Amino acid sequence: MRFAVIVFPGSNCDIDMFHAVKDELGAEAEYVWHDEENLDRFDGILLPGGFSYGDYLRTGAIAQFSNVMDEVKKAAQAGKPVLGVCNGFQILLETGLLPGAMRRNESLKFICQPETLNVVNNETMFSSSYGKDEEIIIPIAHGEGNYYCDEETLKQLEEENRIIFRYKNNPNGSISDIAGIMNAQGNVLGMMPHPERAVSELLGSADGLKLFQSIVKSWRENHVLSS
Amino acid sequence: MSYLHEPTAEQIQEQKLYREMGLSDDEFGLVQSIIGRLPNWTETGLFSVMWSEHCSYKNSKPVLRKFPVDGERVLQGPGEGAGVVDIGDGQAVVFKIESHNHPSAIEPYQGAATGVGGIIRDIFSMGARPVALLNSLRFGELTSSRVKYLFEEVVAGIAGYGNCIGIPTVGGEVQFDASYDGNPLVNAMCVGLIDHKDIQKGQAKGAGNSVMYVGARTGRDGIHGATFASEELTEASDEKRPAVQVGDPFMEKLLLEACLELIQNCDALVGIQDMGAAGLTSSSAEMASKAGMGIEMNLDLVPQRELNMTAYEMMLSESQERMLIVMQKGREQEAIDIFEKWGLEAVVVGTVIEEKQLRLLHHGEVVADVPVDALAEEAPVYHKPSKEPEMFSQFQNEEAFVPTVESKKDTLLELLSQPTIASKSWVFDQYDYMVRTNTVVPPGSDAAVIRIRETDKALAMTTDCNSRYLYLDPETGGKIAVAEAARNLVCSGAEPLAITDCLNYGNPEKPEIFWQLEKSTDGMSEACRTLSTPVIGGNVSLYNETNGVAVYPTPVIGMVGLVHHLDHITTQYFKTPGDLIYVIGETHQEFGGSELQKMQLGKISGKAPALNLETEVKRQKQLLEAIQNGLVESAHDVAEGGLAVALAESMMNGNTGASVELRGDLVSALYSETQSRFLVSVKPENAEAFEAMNEDAKQIGFVTDHAVLRIDHENEEVLAATYDELHSAWKGAIPCLLTSKA
Repeated sequence: MRFAVIVFPGSNCDIDMFHAVKDELGAEAEYVWHDEENLDRFDGILLPGGFSYGDYLRTGAIAQFSNVMDEVKKAAQAGKPVLGVCNGFQILLETGLLPGAMRRNESLKFICQPETLNVVNNETMFSSSYGKDEEIIIPIAHGEGNYYCDEETLKQLEEENRIIFRYKNNPNGSISDIAGIMNAQGNVLGMMPHPERAVSELLGSADGLKLFQSIVKSWRENHVLSS
Repeated sequence: MSYLHEPTAEQIQEQKLYREMGLSDDEFGLVQSIIGRLPNWTETGLFSVMWSEHCSYKNSKPVLRKFPVDGERVLQGPGEGAGVVDIGDGQAVVFKIESHNHPSAIEPYQGAATGVGGIIRDIFSMGARPVALLNSLRFGELTSSRVKYLFEEVVAGIAGYGNCIGIPTVGGEVQFDASYDGNPLVNAMCVGLIDHKDIQKGQAKGAGNSVMYVGARTGRDGIHGATFASEELTEASDEKRPAVQVGDPFMEKLLLEACLELIQNCDALVGIQDMGAAGLTSSSAEMASKAGMGIEMNLDLVPQRELNMTAYEMMLSESQERMLIVMQKGREQEAIDIFEKWGLEAVVVGTVIEEKQLRLLHHGEVVADVPVDALAEEAPVYHKPSKEPEMFSQFQNEEAFVPTVESKKDTLLELLSQPTIASKSWVFDQYDYMVRTNTVVPPGSDAAVIRIRETDKALAMTTDCNSRYLYLDPETGGKIAVAEAARNLVCSGAEPLAITDCLNYGNPEKPEIFWQLEKSTDGMSEACRTLSTPVIGGNVSLYNETNGVAVYPTPVIGMVGLVHHLDHITTQYFKTPGDLIYVIGETHQEFGGSELQKMQLGKISGKAPALNLETEVKRQKQLLEAIQNGLVESAHDVAEGGLAVALAESMMNGNTGASVELRGDLVSALYSETQSRFLVSVKPENAEAFEAMNEDAKQIGFVTDHAVLRIDHENEEVLAATYDELHSAWKGAIPCLLTSKA
């Protein structure tokens, strides 16, 4: 399976994403510069964290206009897995691939710390390797991770089981303790916590690895079925 | 220093306008005799910034010469952007610390942020990939609203810059003392990794080669920042706010990536240097001087973001995120292409010339023409008079302070909630300390540890300085600062390699201050020699005074060590119930400058704790060997607050407790700050081997499975505190101080 790690000016978790996929997962990965106009050669798209365009205007607001984002939308429509982490999640919100918006953390401060999450839905291509309601430790590092959506959207997310991760101890004020949500089609996941930072016990947790393993597992199953 | 028309050379002389720029009458005379005529406005500006203490070290050079700067592993000592130390396998570590005290006192967010930005540029201008940031901060007591504001904004500024650029801020120290009330210290350190083949020098070699300006455009911000940094702060300092620069970490991220791409992929690059203090002036003059060449620049070509800038303004601007590079003639386009990819400007602004002059053209006229060596190398060096302050002999002759302690437990809880000892997680949690996913030991343990990808090695790093000891006894305190930094690294399983230092002092023109500088650097030098940790670079920040009152002498030590194998990495936290707890080193009744003295008396006095460097180095070597042999589960240096605090700190991961029995004078055993001591835990099966290796180790107890610290003395329980009690006192103190009304 071949992953694209999209690099915007100001991305800074690109290297972490790349190494998590390549070194720890053993899949193929390639950095893709933001002006790339074709992603057909990739099976999965990873939008890493960081401060694309310096977070100027609004997090993710400028990155959504990059050439590559048209391709990301195409990949999403084609059913390829698209994972946006932290700034990647913010970009997915700005492009409309996921509903809702981000506000500044309730504390108005940047927060970097390991966070306990609950796997709310383990029947997705991103979470099938976790147990139902499994508690996992994945770090957060953000200033604007306070997820918000209107009540109707929230109801929809809940009814359609599209809330994948919830914080055990809500660190940032997110509505309904939301840490990660999925699109209706089930192939676009946005989350504030950084699974790519939790792929090695040496660095404190390897709980994020199962997320990437789930993606590969699902791709293999589909790949085998279709071929 | 803003005039409608620039004063003429004669006016500058007659009205002594150079004094406003910080040049003395003698210095102005010297400039005149060097260039053989009166300098014009721009030239006076060039000399004033280059001859400021900040750029020339004119007051500190005599003491800096004492530092040992050589070592087997040292590839680059002081003199370039940063020092470089070999770590084997063709790799090296690059690091440096720098102050941004004055800007932070006036405009804390931007002052701190641009301090971080500046030190990062020093590292990547050497060709290194920055891998970690640290800092060392000093503030007044956290009781006034002004100090709280400075503290919160400085931390936010450091976080804002480091988080955005994506370099983890992995460690540092924060201390609070009234002497820093009006003059906080903000020292930022950056550590980078480099392959030997990529090491760059800031040199403008080869006549005819092109001098290129890359990065952000030049504005009027930061003009005379270096001069401002070289005078005392007064009530009028707020007027110098325009001398504080504004940072743009996004721009620096682009500049960093573009410069590294250029360095690693383009052999037409001749030299590269950061435009830091004194901006375009220092980078051009220093690059030319180091290469024995000159530079001619056409200032019309300098990218400007404001209209009608004068030569003076462009040369003295300290706009951020800019670099000066020299490219081989004819291959400039290669640099332009790389920078364009990153959306940055790269513009030829001048040429390397044989004549050792810095010649500046503007609107078709020569606006400055002065020798580069005179700017970069020939600032006068002053041997300031030095005088032992009366205070020192008073401290030495004072009867030793012996604290009276009623409740041992309450005293421990109170110590843990002193802001200098208390948890700094309120600070660290605002820093992204994990980005780049190499942080093995995050902030909070003795030293931070960063793994080196694709190797079995890691780097440990720390900043340290207990300035209270230096205030009481600068020589001993200077030794302790170096020794304690090394202790932190050893406890983490690393071999200390070298140091960078940031010398923060008051006004050196006062003999008592210069004496502090002399004595403390004597102590540091001796410690560096004994511990084999040469000084590979650093920074001097003098004139840290507010309305005539100096900060404590604060030579911050930034030390980096090499962890030879990942499994040597050790933290301070107890691991497994049943492990044996040892203290290495005996305890004396030493409370001069201690946290307990400060807490009980509200001030410090007396003798600093004694330090024997031979004992220190022996214990460090023995402990490191034990760690490298896999005999040690946890290691922690015993520092502020003494053994009781060290025990509590070793429990702060929340899984274990400790039961120990102390002997001798109980108050000393609990709270004295005797040096060269370590708190270590060892598996029972390793006890014999450990003891054989560490002759000064004494077992005092064992790790327990219930989260309680229990201390016995002469068969009687004298202290029992639960983890929850200890943790809440320690963890809650700083947030509580910040939210309480001033």
